[in-house]
Amino acid sequence: MENLKNEMKLEFLSRSANEAFARIAVASFCSQLDPTIEEIADIKTSVSEAVTNAIIHAYDNTDGIIKIHSKLFENEIEIEVVDLGKGIENVEEAKAPLYTTKSNLERSGMGFTIMENFMDGLKVESVVGLGTKITMKKKISKSQN
Amino acid sequence: MQFKHFIEEKLLVVELTEEIDHHSSELIRTRMDYEIGRFMPKKVVMDLDRVSFMDSAAIGLIIGRYKTAKMYGGELEIQNVSPKLKRILDMSGIDKIIDVKEVSNISKIG
Repeated sequence: MENLKNEMKLEFLSRSANEAFARIAVASFCSQLDPTIEEIADIKTSVSEAVTNAIIHAYDNTDGIIKIHSKLFENEIEIEVVDLGKGIENVEEAKAPLYTTKSNLERSGMGFTIMENFMDGLKVESVVGLGTKITMKKKISKSQN
Repeated sequence: MQFKHFIEEKLLVVELTEEIDHHSSELIRTRMDYEIGRFMPKKVVMDLDRVSFMDSAAIGLIIGRYKTAKMYGGELEIQNVSPKLKRILDMSGIDKIIDVKEVSNISKIG
């Protein structure tokens, strides 16, 4: 990828209070690309989904470290959300709409579906027992002014 | 979050003010289930007018409250859903079982 404009890394505990922190931090960072309100909303929602997955699935509500690594390019943002939790056995199954292993927690199983729909690229790499890396890309339209 | 009870109509209006994510939805769930169980409304209306953000946790929250309302013999309606929020709700198909209104049809009495 050409023309890296900026880059940042974040590391925080897998506490649910950090869901808002993570999405606001990433949204604030990517505002340098002058995205539209809709693009910001899509990014915030997708980051929230990825971080929530790490908290309730990867770490099963125990303390662990979640890392976010984000890069800004000319008209694209790349966001990696990494955990060192339990991993996903079957990624395709996990990505299917309405699939959830936590229906007792009223989880809807729509997390990956939202990430796929709101972003322009989604890659899920996972190794059972080692962790999961979610890589999301979003194109930012050039502002008109 | 603010509750408005309309005694005669057995109507419970819940005005949500917070961002709805996994973190906040646990508290909303506890407080709403308590109010529904206590008041046993014929209708529960979740008003999203002042909700600036939601993720998929809101889908689970709404379906869960739909079940609670039904258990106590009532129904659930969602109102004042902005296009931004509607996009998320539509993706889950919950509008097939729950009445989702983009505007309010219940005047904000009191």
